[in-house]
Amino acid sequence: MLQFILRRIAISALIMFLGSILLYVLMINSGDPLADLRESRAENREQLMQARIDNMGLDEPWWQRYLGWLTGVSRCFVLQCDLGTTRDGASVNALLLASAGASLRLVTVATFLAIFIGVTLGVLSAIRQYSGFDYAITFGAFLFFSLPVFWAAVLLKDFGAIRFNNWMADPAVSTTATAVVALVFALAVASLLGGSLRRQLVTGLVTFAVVFGVVFAFDQVTWWVQPALGLPLILIGALGALGFMLVMTVGLANRRILYAGLVTIGLGLVSYFVTGPLLEDPANWWVIFALAGATVLVGLAVGWVMGGYERRTAMVVSVGTALGMAFLVFMDRLLRGWAGFLDMAPGGRPIGTIGENRIIPERFTGDFWEGIFNWGVQLVLPTIVLTLISIAAYSRYTRGSMLETINQDYIRTARSKGLSDRVVFTKHALRNALIPITTIVAFDFASLLGGAVITETIFGWRGLGAMFRQGLEFVDPNPVMAYYLVAGGAAVLMNMLADIAYASLDPRIRR
Amino acid sequence: MTDNHRPDEPDPTPVASPVEEAYSVEKPIDLSQKSYSQGQLVRRRFFRHKGAMVSLFVLVFITGMAFTSIGYGIIPSWWDKTFYDAGATVDGGRPTLQLWPFQIGEHPFGQDTIGKDYFALTMRGTQRSLIVAFTVGLLSTVLGTIVGAAAGFYRGWVEAILMRVTDLFIIIPLLVLAAVLGKMAGGGIWSLALVLSLVSWTGLARLVRGEVLSLREREFVTAAEAIGTGSGRVIFKHILPNTIGTIIVSATLTIATTILLESALSFLNFGVRPPDTSLGLLISTYQNAFLTRPWLFWWPGLMILGIALSVNFLGDGLRDAFDPRQNRTAD
Repeated sequence: MLQFILRRIAISALIMFLGSILLYVLMINSGDPLADLRESRAENREQLMQARIDNMGLDEPWWQRYLGWLTGVSRCFVLQCDLGTTRDGASVNALLLASAGASLRLVTVATFLAIFIGVTLGVLSAIRQYSGFDYAITFGAFLFFSLPVFWAAVLLKDFGAIRFNNWMADPAVSTTATAVVALVFALAVASLLGGSLRRQLVTGLVTFAVVFGVVFAFDQVTWWVQPALGLPLILIGALGALGFMLVMTVGLANRRILYAGLVTIGLGLVSYFVTGPLLEDPANWWVIFALAGATVLVGLAVGWVMGGYERRTAMVVSVGTALGMAFLVFMDRLLRGWAGFLDMAPGGRPIGTIGENRIIPERFTGDFWEGIFNWGVQLVLPTIVLTLISIAAYSRYTRGSMLETINQDYIRTARSKGLSDRVVFTKHALRNALIPITTIVAFDFASLLGGAVITETIFGWRGLGAMFRQGLEFVDPNPVMAYYLVAGGAAVLMNMLADIAYASLDPRIRR
Repeated sequence: MTDNHRPDEPDPTPVASPVEEAYSVEKPIDLSQKSYSQGQLVRRRFFRHKGAMVSLFVLVFITGMAFTSIGYGIIPSWWDKTFYDAGATVDGGRPTLQLWPFQIGEHPFGQDTIGKDYFALTMRGTQRSLIVAFTVGLLSTVLGTIVGAAAGFYRGWVEAILMRVTDLFIIIPLLVLAAVLGKMAGGGIWSLALVLSLVSWTGLARLVRGEVLSLREREFVTAAEAIGTGSGRVIFKHILPNTIGTIIVSATLTIATTILLESALSFLNFGVRPPDTSLGLLISTYQNAFLTRPWLFWWPGLMILGIALSVNFLGDGLRDAFDPRQNRTAD
């Protein structure tokens, strides 16, 4: 396994090196770096030109310029990176530090969300092949496949930011809108659970009533302005998480593990009150991470004590439940910060259309939770754009792969020996169906980084995309190469993660 | 979608076979049944794919409109306005197209900020985008097929280079490479199409290589080689016809990707540049007019979406037609 990974790293390093030569040569030949000065009417035109020529080394041959860049970059191995300067002499290192964080955060969040949602949708639509749900997902996938990123981004900016802000000023959901939302949910759930027409009708009606009631109730208590989950919703959600974990592992009938999960929820309830003051305004993210770590430990302990001979499964289930509940508690706190953030947002318009922060961090005075909204709310729209488009690819591939797996002989064997659908799908089919998906992750990540160039342009982020775009426009190789290093490095890393996932899903590779 | 086959069609996997049929040793062969060649079967399946048929209609309609309305080369135009002449702005440039009661009016897609007819502009953009997409589809398919076949058949250094180049394309985002090349191309559509072909052939090459790798081990290839057939003839006459499904499907998908890539590049100003226009460029120019003149933004976007969506559905229909296994699975 180690040898396998080392070989992959060596090959990737070689390719990155070759790619850098290719891109550098293409870059410096892509235009005239002095174009703007040639048209300038400044008095000291000649002087400016000479300064830029010296600065960028335009009088040197291409290989000398490239070697100069490469020497700077190779110092990264002794932790003294020098990525050169832009055409105006600003350090690319500083530029990169300022811009990389936001972009990588955006792309990483979008990747993980897309994998999770896309794979789930793909599996569900494969299990319910040829149902209304399947057709809807298929059509949706094609639609998002064919959607130009920039067009979708501009649309979302209008509907998600400008109109959402207008709506937020006086949030009220009309009865028609409530009914439409409830109808969509009802159709999806009924088609997903399947069964006879009568059963589908009943599920649909129940879902419709529940969703309609919930939205109506939220509207009555002006939830949109001061959202929160509250203890009852947290408990319901935690029970749901437990149910999900049980269905994915041993089924609801297993009493021992069910009780372990219930005890975990009980302990979670206790800690909700104990850690409440701590979560009121935590100093930084480490508090959150520490609490998450404690949650995992508690889950492990409960599973260990209660599990008996099914210790391992019990531990998995209780950790999953505990984390699910912890996430809900976190979300509850976070949502409570919304009201405060709304008061703070300029003009009462929470979502800005330009920049990474609603209020610049230096002037921001809110607490921890409101701070998350300050940068998080800006992250939402670009993330949605990127996620939607990759979800399409993931759900299509997962569906195809899952269908192929379901038709294998070993699935028929599993069914014929009397295993339930649940065991067949989760234990036998899913794991094998996921193997081909890992390969797509690497490709998709690279294309997402490309997509981020466009998304950042539209949402006005000073991220990697802006750096690349400006570098290319000015025929300035150093910023473009810095972008290449980050994008390429991230792609290599993603590739490696995919390989490791591949190896852990398919033991044959490890040998 | 295509699972409603007629009983007279040969069916590899019977849906539900009665018990007696399952136990009978000999299945009666009905000689009166008409038999179909591979090509006929594919065509029948394709023409029964409703989604693909609708898409084909949409695509032909859009292409026809784009090329005949304002004319192209020797094709005469029937639309009386051009995409470069500005006129007096009527009613704030609002579109005159109405569905009910139906009327086309003077400026069906409205007018832009200086009074150019937006229908003509959009059609011009569609024309440019279609030309780029189809050229890239053709060129990159030819290139990908040849390289892929050579890599799979001869192995050795061709294959090594192909695999490394594909790896390279995982590392450099496609859009980035295309943007640099597009900037070098200088804004003309033909040079843009050429450079885009250079970056979009690797996927197909890998697919073709995979198929050739397995086909070259088959008996019919050995037989052909045994009677002294040259390797060029073996590749083009014996192996490639068996990969035609993969190639055609991949070509359609390349066209769809190229439409999106070209418009994205033009949007970033690294693709088609003024005074010419393309759908991406139109959106880029008018994105800030969204709140005041939304139609300037909607039409080109819907055109891109329409073309890409129909090409994608067409590709799906073709894939089902060439390889019906996936569609007939499970129930």
